[in-house]
Amino acid sequence: MSGLEILDAGALVTVQDRGRVGAAHLGVPRAGAADLAAHDAANALVGNDPSAATLEATMLGVRVRARGATVLAVTGARCEVFVGGVRAPWGAPFRVGRGQVVEVGAAVAGARAYVAVRGGIDVAPVLGSRSADTLSGLGPAPVRAGDVLPVGEAPPRDDELFRATRGAAAAAPSLEQERGAAALSVVPGPRWEWLGARGWATLLAREWTVSVDSNRVGVRLAGESLARARAGEIPSEGMVRGAVQLPPSGLPVIFLADHPTTGGYPVVAIVREGSHSRLAQARPGDTLRLVG
Amino acid sequence: MPAPIVMGAAAVLVDCADADEVLAVHAEALRRREAGLLTAEEIVPAARTVLLAGVPDPAALAAAITGWELRAVDVAAGPVVEIPVRFDGPDLPDVAAHWGVTAPAAEATVLAAELTVAFCGFSPGFAYLTGLGREVPRRATPRTSVPAGSVALAGPYAGVYPQRSPGGWQIVGTAVGIEIWDVERDPAALLSPGTRVRFVAAT
Repeated sequence: MSGLEILDAGALVTVQDRGRVGAAHLGVPRAGAADLAAHDAANALVGNDPSAATLEATMLGVRVRARGATVLAVTGARCEVFVGGVRAPWGAPFRVGRGQVVEVGAAVAGARAYVAVRGGIDVAPVLGSRSADTLSGLGPAPVRAGDVLPVGEAPPRDDELFRATRGAAAAAPSLEQERGAAALSVVPGPRWEWLGARGWATLLAREWTVSVDSNRVGVRLAGESLARARAGEIPSEGMVRGAVQLPPSGLPVIFLADHPTTGGYPVVAIVREGSHSRLAQARPGDTLRLVG
Repeated sequence: MPAPIVMGAAAVLVDCADADEVLAVHAEALRRREAGLLTAEEIVPAARTVLLAGVPDPAALAAAITGWELRAVDVAAGPVVEIPVRFDGPDLPDVAAHWGVTAPAAEATVLAAELTVAFCGFSPGFAYLTGLGREVPRRATPRTSVPAGSVALAGPYAGVYPQRSPGGWQIVGTAVGIEIWDVERDPAALLSPGTRVRFVAAT
């Protein structure tokens, strides 16, 4: 298997793994797949280690040509998948012949699809990770039509995949069209007092719309502004994925994979890890609720 | 006394009384991780906090931190990096005016400072240097593009832009013949927390 040729890079397609660990103190963001569970699930379906790099296709999917026979799997956002014009399964491994074109369609539920190839995308790691960091520019640039991405070595036998992983798609997070607002589970953040008891109640009571300005750095919420219980500023401090920041605008920003290592707005809540996939799959215009 | 706060399911944010306590908590966290007494993927000092992230049991860690014996950190013991500077920055006159001195006197202030990396952030390799002894406001309007190597001041901090980026700091000069950030180098960052820095006049 000599590579994946990108035929159409959709809206934003990036190479992602589990991110850059251990350099936040140097200002290096973690990056990595926005939906880590979906990334892991895709890798598992093709027999890769979770550390293998996948393609993260945002909203509009991606079209690739396999330069050799291989096995692929698509998870994350719900979408149609075609191999050589014939429908292929979502959330299950499928074989691709040499020269065949794989079409990962636009997301019909969720925002980010993950395409794993057996052996993993094998671009050169930067600071221990193959992830594209859209904030700092570290790692490979977003892929473009015409790019040929190298693919790592994989054991030749793959029959096991089609036995062992039957039904494994069920392990991927469910993103069926939800009725009403999706719920994200939150706990109070370290600067909770900037919201206060009344503000907290309001944060949880409101329905929020995912802003079109949302990206891999953060999900921006639109709606009625929250009043800050305090005036002033705080010095920048360390940030984590899922941190719900309250800028002076009163409209929360929830940090995703490419969040800066430090930030200067108070973190009033933290999205629990169990809701991180749902957060990463939020589409502009979706309604979200935060639940305590 | 450092005040640890649980930050979600895998992190503790330690509130510190001042910059010296940040140094002490940071040093103790590094010592404990080195000794196998602390599991943390990231130890991130900032102006008044230290974040410990990727920790297995934040509640237990938060309780334990209040019992940590902190030792004052001797900043004079850190490694020293000399950075040659050419004072060709567009904001040097503004900085001098803000301090009520001539431009050469402002240069002398920067050259005389015994600086230490308090923490990094903003972008990979961007170090916040303390010890300037003077303050300047940020520029009223940030620049959309600041060249890599720009030596700049803001608030109580000095810094060197590691790569081209937007920025609101007052640019006083350019670092000459030295890469602040190079992913091909190990370590990629020339300046990490605790490193001492002296600016010297470029010849």
